[in-house]
Amino acid sequence: MHEMAIAQGILDIVLKTAAEHNATQVKGIRLLIGQMTQVEPESLKFGFAALAMGSIAEGASVDITSVPLVGQCNSCGQKSSIEKYCFLCSNCNSTNIAVISGRELAVDYLEVE
Amino acid sequence: MQIKVMTNILDGNDQIAAKVNERLSAAGIFVVNLLGSPGCGKTSLLERTIVGLKNVLSMAVIEGDLFTAKDAERIEQHGVPVVQINTSGGCHLDAHMVSSVLDGLDLENLDLIVIENVGNLVCPAEFNIGEDVKVTVLSITEGEDKPLKYPLIFKQASAVILNKVDLLPYTNFDMDSAIRDITSINPCTVLIEASTRTGEGLPQWHEWLKEQVRMKQVRSLL
Repeated sequence: MHEMAIAQGILDIVLKTAAEHNATQVKGIRLLIGQMTQVEPESLKFGFAALAMGSIAEGASVDITSVPLVGQCNSCGQKSSIEKYCFLCSNCNSTNIAVISGRELAVDYLEVE
Repeated sequence: MQIKVMTNILDGNDQIAAKVNERLSAAGIFVVNLLGSPGCGKTSLLERTIVGLKNVLSMAVIEGDLFTAKDAERIEQHGVPVVQINTSGGCHLDAHMVSSVLDGLDLENLDLIVIENVGNLVCPAEFNIGEDVKVTVLSITEGEDKPLKYPLIFKQASAVILNKVDLLPYTNFDMDSAIRDITSINPCTVLIEASTRTGEGLPQWHEWLKEQVRMKQVRSLL
């Protein structure tokens, strides 16, 4: 249940950002969660709601944008989505694939008052 | 009002991890984050590693465990320094936990620190703890389907130890399928088929580890 640790990380970022903008209430939070992360969205939302109680983020909606796993071949440059975690270039068979998206665990933006 | 943030949720942890690695790199120490499910043989591998390498490398162990010191006691019997981190139910080690125990080790006189993470194929994969490499242990009795079920922990491993190969005749474990999946997830990883019980594959593991330590020492002199 490391979602609790991740939820705490989100709350820290949310409260710090809200304070910097003199916000009095956080209404909503948008997260980017990559396909190749080990996060269970419902556990994360549940954990966040529990941690946010009593803070200006209490009751904030948490929306998650899932980011697909995409790789780019370092040999031929082809970008392609990674299916079934097969990190092999479909164009040139190279194994030298860089992950360019799909590992995100980020707070994208906040809606505040 | 909308505020654009775009901040990595694990930034706080990653920053501490970078500091841990900086401190250990300055001392020329190579750091392994040892991962795998409960019972896959992480502690046994560590014991065999100590026996095999303690005359050539000066090593220490950081033991992550939910509540007990059972693994640390096993390691201590082999005469290497060991510090225990109890996560009190937490499913993974984080960088702060590792950072807080470093003062308990004589960093000036070490070549290698192995950090045995909490037994778990999910959570520890997300948290850097200051390591140079992650090494994942998968045992034959867990089944060959695990790499595709838990791809991240295999994607991030510089080496994967397939442990308990002595049990292959007694299971329906499909070695070809396991190797195919691990290689497809992580084509660059070093795969070592081993048995901590019979000793098979351990010389290859020891050689790999010694080479990693040597390369780290060369890098730290540059």
